[in-house]
Amino acid sequence: MTIFSDIGRYLLMIKGMFSKPENGKMYWKEFMHQCAEIGVGSLGIVAIISVFIGAVSTIQTAYQLVSPLIPPSTIAQIVRDTVILEFAPTLVCIVLAGVAGSRIASELGNMRVSEQIDALEIMGINTKGYLIMPKIAAALLMIPLLVIIAMVLGIWGGRLAGAMANILSGSVYDRGLLENFVPYNVIFALIKSYVFAFIISSVPAFFGYFVQGGALEIGRASTKAVVVSCIAILFADYVLSALLL
Amino acid sequence: MIEVKNIQKKFGDKTVIQDVSAVMKAGQCNLIIGASGSGKTVLMKCMVGLFVPDEGEILYHGQNFTSMDAKAKTEVRKEIGMLFQGAALFDSLTVEQNVMFPLDMFTNWPVKKKLERVNEVLNRVNLVEANRKYPAELSGGMKKRVALARAIVLNPKYLFCDEPNSGLDPQTSLVIDKLIKEITIEYNITTVVNTHDMNSVMEIGDYILYMYQGNKEWEGTNREIIFSKNQRLNDFIFASEFLKDAKDMRMLEETGQIPNHRNMDILTGNDPGNIHRPGKG
Repeated sequence: MTIFSDIGRYLLMIKGMFSKPENGKMYWKEFMHQCAEIGVGSLGIVAIISVFIGAVSTIQTAYQLVSPLIPPSTIAQIVRDTVILEFAPTLVCIVLAGVAGSRIASELGNMRVSEQIDALEIMGINTKGYLIMPKIAAALLMIPLLVIIAMVLGIWGGRLAGAMANILSGSVYDRGLLENFVPYNVIFALIKSYVFAFIISSVPAFFGYFVQGGALEIGRASTKAVVVSCIAILFADYVLSALLL
Repeated sequence: MIEVKNIQKKFGDKTVIQDVSAVMKAGQCNLIIGASGSGKTVLMKCMVGLFVPDEGEILYHGQNFTSMDAKAKTEVRKEIGMLFQGAALFDSLTVEQNVMFPLDMFTNWPVKKKLERVNEVLNRVNLVEANRKYPAELSGGMKKRVALARAIVLNPKYLFCDEPNSGLDPQTSLVIDKLIKEITIEYNITTVVNTHDMNSVMEIGDYILYMYQGNKEWEGTNREIIFSKNQRLNDFIFASEFLKDAKDMRMLEETGQIPNHRNMDILTGNDPGNIHRPGKG
């Protein structure tokens, strides 16, 4: 029964976000702040992960493609499609669920426990609209951008590793990238990133907003938010792949 | 003026507030007192709309707050200031930004005018040269004063204070009490204070509502409380021998049997006229 009541509360929370802002400028300011927190704040870790994922993909693909009948440029094709279809959107979003998701849950949880949310309510501010909506909007804007950056850096990391390990030259790798390229893959990855962005921001917001208790409960809510977000991302990944590919 | 009419609130099967009625007048400090778990915080949260009562009505100047739609409630809430037990300051904002927040949200004033207002209220709560500090850098008393400044920055008609003295030393508590009292009179605010600090009761309690296990057990003024025969109230207020002695002393003072600074004016005929004396209505 708890899961159904939680889903109900989650949906009511989403519905409660939509109201006329008390002051558009303040909402915009909060939105920009969240863009910086979610986007710029996560850029470093996304860049590092993407480069290494691309690099490892190239080396492992080359290790498995031992047949002389397969041209080396195929490695670039495999790395490109793997990074675009799966690694950039899914893996990066799972990392972001940990980085941005836990921050959102703990920030809102701390505000709830220290009565800051009550203080905003008393002032006559729609706290769901002011605190949660800008986070979700910022995630929907910034996470697809991070995913695009991850795609580029992942593919570049693969090129770098291929050249450094003498697996394939840069020119062969570049030629391979252009062979059998399906633009729809990028669109599919962006659709996934939008869905994952909504999960990464709204699920932790739910766990943080409704936390009850003290510091211990904030930590628990944060952990639960990350776990549930990751499961939801993997589930959504499967459903979207089954439906759209 | 705030009228509380037959409020009842349950959490599950447990009745936390049972049929409580009271009238909180403007320009007065209205105190809700009672032991922990007596329902005073729940009553206050019902009054400000953080909890919805199961039965009864809350009237703000005759307008039924409990049956209002969300938009009308928001309008009433703009006239409410609240000082929370833990101050509830926004951690990531400085003192100045905290106090300016309601102005940023609800006014279109230029920055200069907002800053003037912020400094005015910060001066009013005797907090100077703290504008750039963050809440983590403030003492408990300073946090309460910043929260009080934030609560009054929009000139509210109603001020709610939840345990304003909790965690403060007696001297700082007196300062906060004095500020609340002065602000109430100065701005003619309807102030409601949740407390179990007996100093507050005696110093600022124009109207006192004593809650016992979710029921209204007693109501009156800080003068009447001395002479109350209500056993539960006496057990709660005068819990220690020291306080019992203080009560006896206060009774003797009030009846003029021993002089002190509180009744000397009365005895010498220079009655300021604002002191209620037994036998004089």
